[in-house]
This record gives sequence, C-alpha cells and structure tokens, in this order.
Amino acid sequence: MKRLLLLLAFLLSACSASAAADSTSPAQYIENKGSDTIVNLALAWAEQYQNDHADIRISVTGGGSGTGIAALLNGTVDIANASRQIKKEEIAEAQGKGIQPVEHIIARDAIAVIVNPQNPVSQLTLQQISDIYSGKISNWNQVGGEDRPIVKLSRETNSGTHVYFLETVLRLGNKENKTLFSTDTLLLPSSEGIIAETRQNLNAIGYDGLGYVPKDLKMIAVAKESGGAYVLPSIETVNDKTYAIARDLYMYTDGEPSGALKDYLDWILSPQAQEIVAKLGFVPALTK
Amino acid sequence: MKQNISFREFLIPRLIQASGYSAIVFVALIFFFLLREGLPTLSEVEWGALFSARWYPIEEYFGILPLLTGSLIITLGATLIAVPFGIGAAVYISEIAPRWMREILKPLVELLGGLPSVVLGFLGMLVLSPYLRVLLNLPTGLTALAGSLLLGGIAVPTVVSVAEDALDSVPRAYREGAWALGATRWQTIWRVTLPAAKSGALTAVMLGVGRAIGETMTVMMVTGNAPVLATSPGSFFSPVRTMTATIAAEMGEVANGSVHYHVLFFIGLTLFVISLIVNIIASSVVFRAKKRAERILS
Repeated sequence: MKRLLLLLAFLLSACSASAAADSTSPAQYIENKGSDTIVNLALAWAEQYQNDHADIRISVTGGGSGTGIAALLNGTVDIANASRQIKKEEIAEAQGKGIQPVEHIIARDAIAVIVNPQNPVSQLTLQQISDIYSGKISNWNQVGGEDRPIVKLSRETNSGTHVYFLETVLRLGNKENKTLFSTDTLLLPSSEGIIAETRQNLNAIGYDGLGYVPKDLKMIAVAKESGGAYVLPSIETVNDKTYAIARDLYMYTDGEPSGALKDYLDWILSPQAQEIVAKLGFVPALTK
Repeated sequence: MKQNISFREFLIPRLIQASGYSAIVFVALIFFFLLREGLPTLSEVEWGALFSARWYPIEEYFGILPLLTGSLIITLGATLIAVPFGIGAAVYISEIAPRWMREILKPLVELLGGLPSVVLGFLGMLVLSPYLRVLLNLPTGLTALAGSLLLGGIAVPTVVSVAEDALDSVPRAYREGAWALGATRWQTIWRVTLPAAKSGALTAVMLGVGRAIGETMTVMMVTGNAPVLATSPGSFFSPVRTMTATIAAEMGEVANGSVHYHVLFFIGLTLFVISLIVNIIASSVVFRAKKRAERILS
C-alpha cells in the first residue's frame, strides 16, 4: 500500500513537472546545418538568440557547406550554412525537388595563410602561394626562407574553404585556369588537424578561416601581385578590400523566410548579432 | 508437458537455423547493394580514367590507383608489425608465461583491443607523428609509416587473442610427446605446438589483416590523406590516402546518384572483393592443411 502511494505521488509530481515544462516549452524549432567555418558563429548566435527568446529552439550542426546544402535540398533543415555560393547543379537539383534556395549574406571571412611561428617567411604573393600549392615551388628557400621542403596542408575537398582556396588562390580567380592542388598536398579532415600540424612542423604551410587561427601561429601577409603591398588579414583590410583572400559567408533558406525564421535572420544582420561576428574573428557583413 | 518439449524441439533448431542463414543473407544483401550502387561507375568513367593516378573528385578526376596502393601499403606495414608481435605475444602468454602473468596479460590485451580507434588516432596525430618526423628527419610525420604503426597496434590484440586460443587448444599430449623425445622448449614451440595450431594462427593473422584494411578513423587522422601513388618502399615515408578514409571523408558530401557517389561505392566494392580474396586464400590454406593432417592420422 505504501508502495502504491509512493508510486502515485511520483506520478503526480511527474505530471505537474511536465505541466510546468509545457508552459515554457519551445513553440518553434529551427534546424541549422552546414559549413564548419560558420558552425561556431552559428552556435554563438543561436545561444544568444535563445537566451532572448525562450520560445525558440535552434539546433546547429556542422559537416561542411555541401552537407548543409544537401540537407536543405532534402528538406531536413530550415537554414543551410555555406562558406561558398550554391552551385548551379545544386540549384537545378533544388528546383527538381520544388525547393527555392534563397541566399542571405550573413558575415564575411578572410582566409589566413599560416605557417609555424619559427618560419622566417612572413610575406608571399598570391602567385607564390599558388605555385607552392600546385607543386612548382617545393622548397622554402625559393621564397626567401630556409632550405626546407614545403609541406602543404589543405582541408578535404568537401570543405567550402578548399573550393574557395582553389578558385581564388590556386587559380587566381581566373575561370579558365585549370591549376590543381599538387597530389602530395595533405588533405586533413579538420581545421584542428591543420593547426596541430602547423604548430609543430616548421615545414608546414596551411590555410584556415581568420576566426580559427590561434595566436601562437604566424599569419602570412599576402600581396595581390608582385610589387604590390603585402597585407595581413584583419577586419579592416577585409572591409577596405586590400586583403586578397576574403569571401562572403551565406545562409540559405527554402523560399523567402517568414515567421520565426525571418525574425531570426533579421536579427542576425542586427548590430547586436554582428558584434558577435567581430568577437569570433570574422568580419561583419556590410549591412545597408 | 510432453507437447511443450516437442514444441521447443521444433522451434529452437529452426531459430538457430534462421540466425545461421541470416549471416549469409546479410552478406548477400550488402554485396548486392554495393554492386547496384558501384557498377554504374564502369559505364560512367572510362577504364583508363578509373585506373589512372589522379584522384581529385571535385574536378572529375577519378583515378583510384593512389587509393588502392595507399590502402595496400598501409595494410602491408601493419601486417609486418602485427604478425610477429601478435604471434609472439600469443606464444608467450600460452606457452611460456607463468600462470599469474597470464592472468594479468590476457585481460590487458583484451583491454587494448577495446580502445576506440579515434583515441589512437589522436595520440598518433599529436605524439607519434611529430616524434617520427624528428626521429627520421622527414618533411612531415603524417605518413604511411605512422598509419602502419598504429594499425599494427590495433591489429595486435585481435591476432593475440585468436592465436592464443588456438595454441591453448593444442592437446597437452603433443607437447609432452615432444619433451619425451628430448626436444627443448623452443623446439617444441616452433616444430610442434605452432604447426599444430597453424590453422588457428592463420585465422588470427587474417582477422588482423581484415581489421587493418578496414580501419578508417585512425588512418584518416595520421596518414595525411594525400592521394599520392605509392610505387616504392620509400612511399612508407610519405603521406598516402586510403580507400576507407576517402569514403569516410567524401561520402557525406556527394549528391545521391552522382558519378562521384558511384565511384565511392565502387571503391567500397573493391575493398569488399579484396577482403573476400584474403578470406578465400586463408580458408583454402587451412582446408588443405586439415586434409593433410587427416591423411597422416589415418
């Protein structure tokens, strides 16, 4: 009997607990997935926004720009994060599935070229970086460094950063240019892998989003052409367009957003949210 | 009551039969699925392009040779490490070690086998590869060698526990017979016990090789994943890209039904066929050995 009472009491309390949870339970879920470059930023936004809006739940996952867009096309997410623009093939596939991807520029990002802090090389031209990654330059002494082999580090091919680096740096933004990464370029599955290897290996050269470069690694100043000014990546040099390797970051939605989704995307472009962008080392989007 | 027993007699063997058949059914289904998704590759990509030396799928370069050689060289290295260490440890545990030592070593080896491979990969990335780079004066420590060492380490527990079981099941009379003939302990192990446990030891090696060639996470973290064609033993000291790492890294990204998607399944099919061949060779060797033993005994 005592047991029964206890059970009853437990059930009652469970009921009241769930009732209490109900009154504050989230009314709206937003699924957000894609670029690993954006994932930290998206998480910080989601956290802040959920603090201010108790009725919204936002889940953020990474996986790569392509993964996010694929998820949007499959209808499993509300927002796809991408560090590259959506491809023509992807738009065609989306239309086949009755989905209209709409693009939102949410922040800007500089890709920093990084080396070990003990590497004496501190500036390179875009052409030199291209030649290093395509294998034409294979020793640091060809670009004013010590007599050491160059170990090239890159993200995997599913990374938006990889594609952007290929188009903007290796091919110098030229669509006719068919330069490829040399086959001995190490393709590491994560930013962490690139940073860990660069930190301990004097031969290494790598690239990563500005927001992810730790203080103990050295960033290379990049010149657009030989004779041009060498510029270090920063918020100022990205905004005045003197730093060459900078890009927009995107969120894609299915059709023009409405309701809670629209409120969230509008908030992302607000000064409060763009302050978080700067804090994480990205460059705030130029809002009108 | 009687009816109850006969019912159980009817049901239980059939349940066992069904679970036996299900193993075959699952393998057949997997194989069928791989064939269906992988074979379109052969009509979409020309043979010459498929077996070329350039792998860069986002620009339609689908040469799988570098991936094939990458997997093979790492598996070869892992086998060279795992077999002597694994068989040696098994012999020590089963034949030489005193009882109390065996009680400690066996669970330890099993514990090692349960270590998640991603943890080993982490250690490999942060400790082993920098150490190798300094020790051997390499441009980078993320090489096939680092992958082989770690995979060897992963395969050792498998080899040890299977080989140890095989050695354990050799009848005591065999050893006593050898000792009675004046054989030393080493002669007994090398000429009597090990040959008697040959089929079990071979199974151990094959399972170890299977474990090594299918391992993904560790190799992805320590081999650098550069799709370089491995043509000489010198490739041990340069980065390589394996088939498993390629599938793992790229599968999440590809559009369903694209050429790249089919090629990834084709790579999976190739892996499947390789492990099938390894298994067939192993069981045919074991089978032949058994037949000979039967002939001698009869």
